[in-house]
Amino acid sequence: MSINWDFIINSIPLYEKAAWLTLKLAFWGILISLVIGLICSVIQYFKIRILRSIVGAYIELSRNTPLLIQLYFLYFGLTKLGLTLSENTCAIIGLSFLGGSYMSEAFRGGIEAVSKSQIESGLSLGLSKIQLARYVILPQAFSFSISSIGANCIFLLKETSIVGAIAILDLMNVTKDLIGMYYQTFESLLMLVIAYLIILLPMSFLLTWLERKVRYAEFGN
Amino acid sequence: MSSEEKQPLLEIKDLYKEYDKKMVLNDIQLQINKGEVIVVLGPSGCGKSTLLRCLNGLEPIQGGEIKLRGKSLSGKDVDWQKIRQHIGMVFQNYDLFPNMTVIENILLGPIKVQKRDKNQVLMQAKELLDRVGLLDRIDAYPRQLSGGQKQRIAIVRALCMNPEIMLFDEVTASLDPEMVREVLEVILGLAKQGMTMIIVTHEMAFAQAVADRIVFLDAGNICEIAEPQEFFTDPKTERAKQFLNIFQY
Repeated sequence: MSINWDFIINSIPLYEKAAWLTLKLAFWGILISLVIGLICSVIQYFKIRILRSIVGAYIELSRNTPLLIQLYFLYFGLTKLGLTLSENTCAIIGLSFLGGSYMSEAFRGGIEAVSKSQIESGLSLGLSKIQLARYVILPQAFSFSISSIGANCIFLLKETSIVGAIAILDLMNVTKDLIGMYYQTFESLLMLVIAYLIILLPMSFLLTWLERKVRYAEFGN
Repeated sequence: MSSEEKQPLLEIKDLYKEYDKKMVLNDIQLQINKGEVIVVLGPSGCGKSTLLRCLNGLEPIQGGEIKLRGKSLSGKDVDWQKIRQHIGMVFQNYDLFPNMTVIENILLGPIKVQKRDKNQVLMQAKELLDRVGLLDRIDAYPRQLSGGQKQRIAIVRALCMNPEIMLFDEVTASLDPEMVREVLEVILGLAKQGMTMIIVTHEMAFAQAVADRIVFLDAGNICEIAEPQEFFTDPKTERAKQFLNIFQY
């Protein structure tokens, strides 16, 4: 079997465009996930009534339903109710909805890892609960949770591979189209793998580096 | 004598404390005058640390009363955040904040809680750091310090709040032996300056040197309150005698 190099070279622009789209969706999905996660974990930390239950329900709902179903619901389900969102908006909302709960759990893990004596030490200086969170708990929690946050970022980026289900021309969907049209299965899939690696490998390295930096600043190891 | 001078700085009356219906402290009566150094001794698990923690609201009490300069610290409407500024506490595991430098650790309370002038606090902090011999570590992170250094910084951090009382909870218990002295000397220095202190420790020689009165706790009750000379040479209770014997080889 020989590799069809012409096909590969010709397909590069398509993959490039799809890769940027994948990155864009992942970027917004991750960013909004982080914000949702932080808000949810703070609500849980302060044990704010009512909101806390809502957050709990949200986390269970989001973690226990597949992203594909969430996307279908947003894209096809909401349209039936008269709310039509663009494909990209649906994808970003879906990713954020899913990622928010994962990020929240990562932050929560970090917050719980802050030792009780650190909190007492802060209390004994007369810090209020908000000051305690701002100066003592959250900075340390962030260091503790940075590796899970990194893992979640990569997870979310990979999850973008199913947004093709709602007609977005991401890397996966472009590949399916090419296979369908030209029957160049091996070449198309090879390009797909390479495209994901080009995006994910630098991101992995970056996150590992960041993790080391943050942990060193905090704990020196 | 004015009425203020006659009043004890801290007064503990009939204090009762339990965890899950299990008595931890019972019928604690103690008056601490300004400038006095109280050392609390007793076997492990007798409630020494719990007693200290009750005094700055880290543990709620189930009965009795604690009064700071005549003002009750019991009841639901007590503003512990305010009271804790007057009652400094140093813990066994130093618990400096690892995400802040030495000086940031020290300035946090005075500036964020007490809203004091930064330059004024900085001057005070430097003076205190100099006194504990750590002025050159002002910008270090806790991870760069030894246990003894961390504990001295923790003491400075508490002192910078200008507390009226300092509580020391087994502050040398996690230190390597050669670092114990440097920390104890700082506390001894504070005693000489007239700082009111309640100290929980297992360092018997230190207790004898620093204390005005020894409080001996056993199984949640005060067994004996005595001057150190008397307590160490001629303890009144059988329980205290047994306790002191353990320390003699």
